[in-house]
Amino acid sequence: MSAQPQSASPAAGTGSTATGARAGGTLELDGLTVGYGGAPVLRDVSIRVPAGAIVALLGANGAGKTTLLRTVSALVPVASGRIVFDGVDLAGVRVEDRARAGLAQVPEGRSVVAELTVDENLRLGGLQRFRGRRLASAVDGVYDLFEPLARRRRAAGHQLSGGERQMLALGRAIIAEPRVLLLDEPSLGLAPRVVAQIMAVLRALRDERGLTVLLAEQNVTSALAVADHGVVLNLGEVVADRPAEDLRTDSALRHAYLGF
Amino acid sequence: MDRLLFLLATGLARGAIFALFALSLVLIWRAARVVNFAQGAMAVVATYVAFAVTGLTGSYWIGLASALVAGGLMGLIVERGVMRFASHASPLSGVIIAIGVVMVLQSLLGIAFGPNARPMEAPFPETPIVLGGVPVLSPYDLFVLVVAIGLMGLLALIFTRTSLGLQLRASAFAPEVSRLLGVRVARMVTAGWVLASAVGALAALLLVPTELGLNPHSADMLFVSAFTVAVVGGLDSPPGALVGGLVVGVLISLVTGYLGATVAPIAVLGLLVAVLLVRPGGLFAATEARTA
Amino acid sequence: MSARTQTPRPQTPRTAGPLTTSIRAARPGASARRPTSRLLATALVLTLVAIGATFLLDPYRNYQFALIAATFCATAGLTLLIGLTGQLSLGHAALMAAGGYGYALAANALTDAGVDGVPRFVVSLAAAAAASALLGLLLGLAAARLKGPYLSGVTLVLVIALPAFTAVFSGVFRGDQGVQIAYDGVPPALRTLIAVEQWQAWVAILVAAAVVTWLAVLRNGPAGLRMRAVRDDETSARLQGVRAGRVKVLAFTASSIAAGAGGAVLCFVTQSVSPGAYTLAFSLLLVVAVVIGGLGSLLGAFLGSIVIVLLPWVIQTATGALDLSADAAQRLTGNLPVLVFGVLLIVVTAAWPGGIRAALPKRLRTKRMPRRGAPPMQTSTVAAAEPATVTPTAAPRHPDPEPRTSPAAEPIPTTTER
Repeated sequence: MSAQPQSASPAAGTGSTATGARAGGTLELDGLTVGYGGAPVLRDVSIRVPAGAIVALLGANGAGKTTLLRTVSALVPVASGRIVFDGVDLAGVRVEDRARAGLAQVPEGRSVVAELTVDENLRLGGLQRFRGRRLASAVDGVYDLFEPLARRRRAAGHQLSGGERQMLALGRAIIAEPRVLLLDEPSLGLAPRVVAQIMAVLRALRDERGLTVLLAEQNVTSALAVADHGVVLNLGEVVADRPAEDLRTDSALRHAYLGF
Repeated sequence: MDRLLFLLATGLARGAIFALFALSLVLIWRAARVVNFAQGAMAVVATYVAFAVTGLTGSYWIGLASALVAGGLMGLIVERGVMRFASHASPLSGVIIAIGVVMVLQSLLGIAFGPNARPMEAPFPETPIVLGGVPVLSPYDLFVLVVAIGLMGLLALIFTRTSLGLQLRASAFAPEVSRLLGVRVARMVTAGWVLASAVGALAALLLVPTELGLNPHSADMLFVSAFTVAVVGGLDSPPGALVGGLVVGVLISLVTGYLGATVAPIAVLGLLVAVLLVRPGGLFAATEARTA
Repeated sequence: MSARTQTPRPQTPRTAGPLTTSIRAARPGASARRPTSRLLATALVLTLVAIGATFLLDPYRNYQFALIAATFCATAGLTLLIGLTGQLSLGHAALMAAGGYGYALAANALTDAGVDGVPRFVVSLAAAAAASALLGLLLGLAAARLKGPYLSGVTLVLVIALPAFTAVFSGVFRGDQGVQIAYDGVPPALRTLIAVEQWQAWVAILVAAAVVTWLAVLRNGPAGLRMRAVRDDETSARLQGVRAGRVKVLAFTASSIAAGAGGAVLCFVTQSVSPGAYTLAFSLLLVVAVVIGGLGSLLGAFLGSIVIVLLPWVIQTATGALDLSADAAQRLTGNLPVLVFGVLLIVVTAAWPGGIRAALPKRLRTKRMPRRGAPPMQTSTVAAAEPATVTPTAAPRHPDPEPRTSPAAEPIPTTTER
C-alpha cells in the first residue's frame, strides 16, 4: 500500500515535498461518465488500479481510452462519477495539481516539447519535485535508464526520432517519481524492438519502485505481456475486466472481447 | 557624411527602445498568443506614474523603479482583469479587448491630465558628444543603449538559465503538456504579462524625454514602430526583436533626417507591408506559415 | 435607387413547379432566387420607411441621420469582413477617407468641367468607390496572406500614416487642411418641398441602402458561402476548390467599397474631407459599433452606428448641462465617450465569449453537416446568444440584416423571429 499517509492530499501537493522514491498509489474510477454534451463518450466506467500494478486499458480506436486518461488528468471534465487517487476524491483538483500530487500522464503522440532540448524537457518534468543538484542527478537517472537519450542531451525535441521521443516522454514523466503513471499508446508507430524496451522499463519500474501504471494500448500483445490486469473498453463501456493472464491465455475470451 | 553617422547613431539608440518595446510584444505573444495592442497605453500609464514619482521625490531613479513596478502591475491587472476573459477560440477577441483597454486607459488619462504634453527631463544631457569633430551620440542615448542592451541580456539569462524561464518557455510552446507536468501555466502566462509590461513601461520611459513630452498618446507611434519591429523580426523571436528594432530605428532616423518627420509613418508602413508580403513569417522565422 | 437596379442574376434555370422548391429545401446551401428577391423587397420597403421618417425629423436630426447612414456604410462593410472572413481591420477609417478624397477630387474636377447636380454626384460616387476599391484591393492582397493580429496591425499603421500621406502629397490632398467641395443644394424640383438637411439624409439613406443591400446579396450568394468556408477551415475550403486567396481579396475589396461609399457620403454632407476626420480614434469607433452591435450582423452594424454617432453628442449635451469649468468640460466631452465605448467593447467581448462565432452560427450550421468537432453544447450557447442579434428585428428601419435563407434550412428554431 501507499507509503504516504492518507493526509497527503493531492490538492495540497504535499506528496512532492517528500524525499526519496515514492511507492505507487491507487487509482479508482467510480461510475465515470464523460460526454461532450450529447452521447457520452464514457458511460458508467468503473476501474480499480491497485498500487504497484500495471493495468492495461484495451480497446479499438474510438473506444474511449484516450478520453478516459485525459479525464483522469482533468483535461476533460467529468459529467458524473468519481476519480479517487489514494483515497482522495480528485473532484475540483486542477490538471497541474494532479500532476504535482503524483499522477503523471504521457499523452499520445508527440508530447515532447519540440522547441526545448532533451535536457530541458527532462528538467521541466523534474523541477516540480527537485531543484538544483538533486534535479541534475534525477536527470542523470533518466539518462541511465534510456541510454540513447544521453547522447542527445543538447538536441531539440523536434530533432528526435519517434523512439527517442517516446523514451523522452516516458523519462520526463517518471523523473518526478510519480505514484501513478498514465500512458497513452506508447507503442504507437514504434519499431517492435523499441516497444519491447519501453515495456521492459515499465516492468522494471513496477518491480523495483512499485509504480502503478494504467496503460492504454491497441497493441494488445505487448500490453498484456507486462500487465497484471486487463480492462477492455468498447464504445465507452467496460466490457471485460480480467486478470491479464486470462486474456492472454484464453483464446475464446480474447476472441470475444478483442476480436482475435 | 557627419550627418549620416549622427543619424545612424541616434537611430541605434532609438532602435534599442523599439527593440525593448517589441520584445514586450513578443513576450506576451509567446505567453498568451495575443498581440497586445494595449501595450502602448499601459506603458504610458506607467510613465505617468514615474513622472509623478520623480516630481515628488526629485529622483529620476526612484521614478524609473516605480515605472517598472507600475508597468508590471498594469500587466497583472490587464491580464487577470480582462484578458483572461478573451475567448481562446477566436484570436480576434484578444485584439478587440486590448483595443477596449487602450480606449479606457487613454480616456482616463485624458480626463485626469488633459491633452497637453508635459515635458520630461532626461537624467543625462541630450546634446551629442563630439568625437573627432563629428557629433555622434548624446550621453542620454548612450544610457538608453546600455540599459536596453543590459535588460535584454538579463531577460535572455532569465529565459535560458533559470527554471522560471524554462517554465515560461514550456508554457508558451506547449501549455497542455506543461500542465500535465505540473507547471502552473496560468501563473506563467500572468508572469509573462507582468514581465513584458514592465519592459514595455521602461521602453516608454526611455523614449518620452527624446520626444515632445508626455501625453496620453505618447506611445502610439512607439507601439506602431514596435509592432513593425516585431513583425520584421518575427513575433516568436526575441533575437528578431533586437535586430528588427535596430533596423527600424535606423530606418526611421534616416528617413526623418533626410526626408522629414512626416514621411516616417509612411516608411514604417512600407517596410511592414514589404516584409509581410515577402516573408510573412518575419525575417527570422523558421516556419513559413503565419496563422494566428 | 440602385437598390432597385440591383437585380439578382438568376442562378438556376427557371424551372417552375413544386419540384424546384423541394430541391431547394433539401439543399439549403444553394443560393435561392426567392430569398434574394424577398431581400430586395424588404430593402425597398425599409428604404421608403427611412425616407418617410426624415419628414418627422427636424433638420439637425436629419443631419445626424445622414451621418448615421454614412457610418452605416462603413460598419456594414466592416461587420461583413469580420463576420464572414474573420479578418479584423482597424483601418476602415482610412478606407472611408480614400472614398472621401476620391469623391472630393472627382467632384472638384467635374465642377471645373461645368458638370453639377446629380451627374456630378453619381460620377464622384463612382470615383469614391474606385479609389477605395483600389486601396482595398492592395490591402486585400496583403490580407490574403495574413491573419488575425497581422492584418489588424497593418490596417492600424495605415490609419496612423494617413495624415502623413496627405501631408507628403499635399499638392493633391492639401495636408491637414483637407479638400473642400462645392455646395450641393436640393435639386430644383424638390426645393419647395424639403430642406437641405433632409435632402442630404435622403442621399445618405439611398447610398446606404444600395451598399448594404449589395452586401447582403453578396453574403447570401455563393461568394458569401465561399467566404465562410475559408473562414471556418481554409485548408478544407481549398481542397474543395475554393480559391481562398481570391475570396479574401474579394471580401476585403467589397468591404472597402462600402467604407468608401460611406466616406463619399460624409464628404457630400460636410462638403469637405480632411485627415482630422479619419483619425485612429474614429477607426476604432467603427470597430466598437460593429462589436457592440453584434459581429457579423448588419442590423447590429446599424444599431452600432446609431450609438457611435449619437452617444458622444448625448454626452456632450449632458456635460454641457453640468456646471463645469471650461477645462474640465473639454476633458470630459473628449474622453468620456471613449471611456464608455472602451468599457462597452471589453464587456461585450468578454461577457460574450466567442461573440464572433456566436454571431453567425445559425448559417454556419445550415451550410454543412454537423462536424465531429462541434459539440452539441455549442448549440445552447448559440441559442442563448441568438436573441441578442436577432430580437431587435422587431423595429425594422433598414435593410434586413439577417439573411433569411429558407426557413427549412434552420435547424435551430429561433422563436424570437417571425
